Amino acid sequence: MYYIDLAVTGITFGCMYAVMSVGLTLVYGLLRILHVAHAAVFALGAYVTVLVADASGSIALGFLAAIIVTPLFGMAIYRLLYEPLLKYRPDVPMIASVGLLVLMQDAFRIVFGEQGVTFHRNAFSFTTFNFAGITVSAIQIAIVVTAAVVFTGLHLFTTRTRIGVGWRATVSRPQIAASFGVDPIKVRYLNFAIGSALAAVAGGLVALLNNLVDPTIGFVVSYKALAIIVLGGLGSVRGTLVASLVLGLVEAYGTIFIGAWLDRDAIAFLALIVLLMIRPQGFTGARTA
Amino acid sequence: MSAYQVSIISIVGINVILAVSLNMISGFCGQVSLGHGAFFGAGAYAAVLAMVATASVPLALVAALVTGSLLGIVVGFASLRVRSDFLAVTTIGVNFLFTGFVRKQAWLGGEMGISGIPPTGLGAAGNMIMILLFAAATIAFSFYVSRSWMGFAFRAVGEDEGAAATLGINAGAYKLAAFGIGTALAGLAGGLYTFFTQFITADAFDFIFSVMLMAMVVIGGIGSTSGVVFAAVGLTLLPEAIRFVNNYRLLVYGGLLVLVIRLAPGGLAAMARSLVIRVRGT
Repeated sequence: MYYIDLAVTGITFGCMYAVMSVGLTLVYGLLRILHVAHAAVFALGAYVTVLVADASGSIALGFLAAIIVTPLFGMAIYRLLYEPLLKYRPDVPMIASVGLLVLMQDAFRIVFGEQGVTFHRNAFSFTTFNFAGITVSAIQIAIVVTAAVVFTGLHLFTTRTRIGVGWRATVSRPQIAASFGVDPIKVRYLNFAIGSALAAVAGGLVALLNNLVDPTIGFVVSYKALAIIVLGGLGSVRGTLVASLVLGLVEAYGTIFIGAWLDRDAIAFLALIVLLMIRPQGFTGARTA
Repeated sequence: MSAYQVSIISIVGINVILAVSLNMISGFCGQVSLGHGAFFGAGAYAAVLAMVATASVPLALVAALVTGSLLGIVVGFASLRVRSDFLAVTTIGVNFLFTGFVRKQAWLGGEMGISGIPPTGLGAAGNMIMILLFAAATIAFSFYVSRSWMGFAFRAVGEDEGAAATLGINAGAYKLAAFGIGTALAGLAGGLYTFFTQFITADAFDFIFSVMLMAMVVIGGIGSTSGVVFAAVGLTLLPEAIRFVNNYRLLVYGGLLVLVIRLAPGGLAAMARSLVIRVRGT
């Protein structure tokens, strides 16, 4: 039973990582920037969810507000920070992105306090279900369902709609897509908007799961997301999902097998370094690192 | 001189060594490292173990230097495999791996760190003078390297590896040399740091500290020794001089880092240079 509980935890975390990282994958696929500040978007989403939920009394309204606010923030990051830096080496926008994350994290601490903010009413997180002796919380189910909806939705959007197909075309062949009338700049904004909204959803779910949003919420997750997108083959949405689930499970079981000599959070980086050394181009090998 | 001033000057000296050594790797040779804190930490822990075992200051410093450099050369091999932003990600990983490893090691003090490190016997002021001498030597060495053939090769590799290779420069060897030298100095700084604090925990060497070092290098002007020294001194003193900044340290560092990259990618060094040109021109 203990091992099954670990699997439940692992899959939950894996789904959360997947929803969080998919925005990074989208940005990397399109612009070849490692968007570290995505974690600040994630944290902003978590804060907005909690604050609006507390003010209005409705958690759904909190999520809605977060989904509206974070795309604007994500698009502003693109317009004000990345766009002017695209002409430099890729490590330049990345360092700027790290700077922005550090800045935002401190800003959250200053504005909302070291202790963070919590939901006033969060009956949701204490609801649990029992399946043949395995305890699963309502939040865990919500996270897994959200991940399923998000990835199915993304798949349908990019294969069945005109905008989605244009988006995919721009990612693979920007010039040819432009010659067919797809505006590459609009695609970039769309990309940041969708990725940021998904990060906000992940942030809100983590806030519910922990019943707490503190300034460090996005910190470790952000660097783990870097590991995930590299493991997932850089720019591949499906790869991101697989890598997230694998990492979630490895972390859950890793804590009992190697937790004695390595921090749980360091496991992702060990995997990242090993993979980068063996296959610098990632598993799929679509692009070179 | 008050104990407070002595400790501030010591920290300034240590940060100068760290920023200048990071500048050799990232500025001269163009290999972005966001894990410099790990090499600093490796040196610090090595110095502690050597100090506890032998109580000899020179031995502790040698241990710190060698450990920092060995780890640096291992990470340097990564720079032969991955480039640019992926090298930066790898070094972030190294930093998290280092702190994640140390926190779980009972023989390295675990989460609690190591306290009661034997004193050097030089006193706080003596330690400060030793730190300043090493800082001065590091700055002089950096100027020397910058003007040497090796510095030329570093820059060639940093600008364009392919072009450097056509000139017969062994890019891999120079990248390893940059990592080996830069991280040796970071290890040395770690040794000096343990003499100064006599207490270390893994938290002092975390990724945020590495980002602060990178901020010093970028704000000072990546590749410029004098700019980086100026930024390291200024950014270390700023939170002390202005109390209000102390509470917002990361906000200020992160904000300056973003602003400098976005608006003045050459940092203070480029600003000073253009100012000189403008004054002379009129």
